[in-house]
Amino acid sequence: MLITPNEVMKIAHLARMSVDHDDVERYAKDLSGILGLVEQMNQVDVRGIEPMAHPLDMCQRLRADVVTEVNQRDTLQAHAPAVERGLFLVPKVIE
Amino acid sequence: MSDLHCKTLTELRGILDSKQISAQELAQHFIRRIQAHDSTLNSFISVTEDAGLLAAQRADEKIAAGQAGALTGIPVAHKDIFCTMGVKTSCGSRMLDNFIAPYNASVVERLNQADTVMLGKTNMDEFAMGSTSESSYYGATKNPWDTQAVPGGSSGGSAAAIAAGLTPIATGTDTGGSIRQPAAYCGITGLKPTYGRVSRFGMIAYASSLDQGGPMARSAEDCALLLNVMAGFDARDSTSSEQASEDYTAQLNLDLTGLKIGLPREYFGAGLDVGVAQAIDAAISELRKLGAEVREVSLPNSELAIPAYYVIAPAEASSNLSRFDGVRFGHRCDAPKDLTDLYERSRAEGFGDEVKRRIMIGTYALSSGYYDAYYLKAQRVRRLIADDFQRVLSEVDVIMGPVTPSVAPNLGESLKDPVAMYLSDIYTVPVNLAGLPAISIPVGFAHNRPVGLQVIGKAFAESRLLNIAHRFQQATDWHRQTPPAFK
Amino acid sequence: MQWETVIGLEIHAQLATKSKIFSGTSTAFGAEPNTQANVVDLGLPGALPVLNAEAVRLAVKFGLALDAKINRRSIFARKNYFYPDLPKGYQISQMDLPIVAQGEVHVVMDDGTQKTVGLTRAHLEEDAGKSLHEDFHGLTGIDLNRAGTPLLEIVSEPDMRSAKEAVAYAKTIHSLVRYLGMCDGNMQEGSFRVDANVSVRPKGQVEFGTRAEVKNVNSFRFLERAINFEVERQIDVLESGRKVVQETRLYDPDRDETRSMRSKEEAHDYRYFPDPDLLPVVLDEAFIESVRMGLPELPQAKKQRFIEQFGLSAYDANFLTSERELADFFESTLKAGGCEAKLCANWVMGDFSAALNKAGLDLAHSPVNAEMLGGLMKRIADNTLSGKLAKDVFEAMWAGEGDADAIIEKKGLKQITDEGAIAAIVDEALAQFPEQVAEFRSGKDKVFGFLVGQVMKAAKGKANPAQLNAVLKQRLES
Repeated sequence: MLITPNEVMKIAHLARMSVDHDDVERYAKDLSGILGLVEQMNQVDVRGIEPMAHPLDMCQRLRADVVTEVNQRDTLQAHAPAVERGLFLVPKVIE
Repeated sequence: MSDLHCKTLTELRGILDSKQISAQELAQHFIRRIQAHDSTLNSFISVTEDAGLLAAQRADEKIAAGQAGALTGIPVAHKDIFCTMGVKTSCGSRMLDNFIAPYNASVVERLNQADTVMLGKTNMDEFAMGSTSESSYYGATKNPWDTQAVPGGSSGGSAAAIAAGLTPIATGTDTGGSIRQPAAYCGITGLKPTYGRVSRFGMIAYASSLDQGGPMARSAEDCALLLNVMAGFDARDSTSSEQASEDYTAQLNLDLTGLKIGLPREYFGAGLDVGVAQAIDAAISELRKLGAEVREVSLPNSELAIPAYYVIAPAEASSNLSRFDGVRFGHRCDAPKDLTDLYERSRAEGFGDEVKRRIMIGTYALSSGYYDAYYLKAQRVRRLIADDFQRVLSEVDVIMGPVTPSVAPNLGESLKDPVAMYLSDIYTVPVNLAGLPAISIPVGFAHNRPVGLQVIGKAFAESRLLNIAHRFQQATDWHRQTPPAFK
Repeated sequence: MQWETVIGLEIHAQLATKSKIFSGTSTAFGAEPNTQANVVDLGLPGALPVLNAEAVRLAVKFGLALDAKINRRSIFARKNYFYPDLPKGYQISQMDLPIVAQGEVHVVMDDGTQKTVGLTRAHLEEDAGKSLHEDFHGLTGIDLNRAGTPLLEIVSEPDMRSAKEAVAYAKTIHSLVRYLGMCDGNMQEGSFRVDANVSVRPKGQVEFGTRAEVKNVNSFRFLERAINFEVERQIDVLESGRKVVQETRLYDPDRDETRSMRSKEEAHDYRYFPDPDLLPVVLDEAFIESVRMGLPELPQAKKQRFIEQFGLSAYDANFLTSERELADFFESTLKAGGCEAKLCANWVMGDFSAALNKAGLDLAHSPVNAEMLGGLMKRIADNTLSGKLAKDVFEAMWAGEGDADAIIEKKGLKQITDEGAIAAIVDEALAQFPEQVAEFRSGKDKVFGFLVGQVMKAAKGKANPAQLNAVLKQRLES
């Protein structure tokens, strides 16, 4: 297998998704299958080819430095999971 | 008038403007059809009856005042990937089951301003990751031609709803074939525009450098009318093209004499269903009759497209979907014991299997030590594929081939093996990698299920694609077929 | 063992734009929580970034001011990590192609020696929000007003060898960003943040030691103390045979120590990749030239001009050009006073600066403006006021009693310069001390000082000292 159960756990943590113990093997198998597909890229030599990040050859447009937004806190927090006095609440962050 | 759902937009425009029926009556007709049929199809996640009727009322006022535009009073359904203010925008995910969008996507804004009447939000693969619409948190959508079959995906809800006459037009998005493939499976017409043609603002991102919104309808002409409203520059999307958009109906009737069609041999090789191949061949013959010249071409790197796509799309997705963390919106797990628990459980509960797989593959491909071997390599392969298209499209006007290697599979079939499902996107994915426009039009049936022809054009050649599709549809009636159960 | 300290600094300067780097939301400081956090800033589904032109212009300005390389093509990348104050789960930053590439920073130490510090890069990125830990019954509150504020991250080479050098470098950058008007430089409010990468190595060793990153330093004084503490700590660790751990450490000013940030210790894998929502930033020559044209006179050039044009010493010129506002104040005072530059410099650096310090005021809030101080200079230069009287007038000005001329008039402080009047004072005084006058005339030079004192006393300090002296000599020698 290209990806081991141990690596699945590591990747899942990096992506902040818990994975049930029973599912780890299955994910390892699925991800290895996908990676096997992906590795078909190795058939071709791409040395010296410029990586393509965007389909169109355009450059970044710049926005004038103007304040266009108004306070929308009430609307934007209306469906937030936990809010108090305008702040989003999360479990204590330890620093 | 009980056949309103079989009319073209032009016909509906005439009916509305001559006041044979009102926009409210038209909306009610479709809402009644949704109520009657969607328990079978499950093509809608939300039906917005009240808001729709209100919009229809406003449309009637416009019509009465003689201020109607091309789409005033025309019902539309939006793929549930587009943010709609005040309406649940779930992206087919439990993660956003409680998400009432506080703003409108640019596409939705444009269609609202054109006085369309929103009927509801259509079902889709979760976060547009899938080719069958089965990965939706809201259950699978069925194919109106055969309810044992999938409608394709990820815009399967939009395609099924149009095919069944539950809406005349719908929006879709296409990252690796998600407009064209369900259009093909459901026997309707769907256009993926050039990357940058339709604003992505407010369209929930799957893979930002590939995603593109587009029109889905019963005919090329209807797609053109819908694209007229959807397309155009948007200052809120940095990847939006500043190139002026056009009246996409202007060239619909141009003669096809001398049209140079390239058939890539890689699109007609092993793996292509014989029935599908026959339908495609028949369509090409029809186009010859209309004056087109056909020659074989080669896109030698085609088979690398799926491997490259399954690095690039998941890599971008793994980052795009990091914002779903249970802090500011969306699903949050019960009683998190600490911050890590909040993240890990909210995301594990909120995302389905296919989404998790892609997030993990993408995370892996970007992680330290693998970036060059996967991500950078995939971007280089992407360049090869784009170069193939550029070369061929300097020799021919358009490239044609099947949308998919076979017709719609049965429900459940694709779930067994994700890799097999990925491979069914082999003809659509390369187009997204290159950022080109492509249209899917119905050209017949195989195994009693619809077959779609794909026409791929040069960047910003949407008018040409619609012209070819329209002329074909003038000469044939495949696009006028309706599934027997939904007459 | 002899140890050598190696320091590199990462400075985050908040750019003085009106709106955020990727959205049209206000960046004003001090608003109610989350009232300046909109669709894009909150990372809502479907929201997209569009780059602020002013942020680009300020970054280029900084690069040009240092004569650093400006990349004609730069790329935004995503730095992926989960943290509640980071709404999208990634920070938009620059990795492979930053907007400003290599350059050099010339630093003048307090003793006048020069030090060159390499600039690795300066890149644009978005700031994160703030976590508030108090008063939420054991929970943390997240305020995203600051999220998306433009930052220029200025990264130095590890070229500094002491805390003093690090402070001098940081002050040079601080002065520069304020000169350029690109950052308000407020360290307390966090608009100018300095993180120090500190390591030690045996003297003579070429390889660097393992470094620790020291954060949470909100003044130059604390920067010096934090580095010194960290250096001592690392030397202790190494001398006791242990190893320095690569980690982030927080400076605690109350305890004057650095401590490990355990929560951030987790292995990082930021998975940088080009942000597909943003396109390459391409700068043409015309744009770069337009920014260059708008550059103000920079500290080094201004200092050189002060030395050449005004004949000031290097020390004075350095002091006066340390802040653009102070240099402007000096030049305005000089213009208003029409006096010798040295006199003006002495007053600006001396009594005036002392008074500001004592009152804890900054220039903008000084009760004495350049026009008023210039007026005082004028009266010193034309001998209306003696040095001593000038101090009295300055104090009165500071207390708000009006400008110099008004105070002189009101208090009758005008110096006596009339020859006849001075002669009368001298004659009257000498008449009281005939013996001492005789002694002087018989050759005892020592009594001259006594006689000067008596004459001055008689003049009550108001007579022009030079004239007084001349008249006295003339009377005694005749």
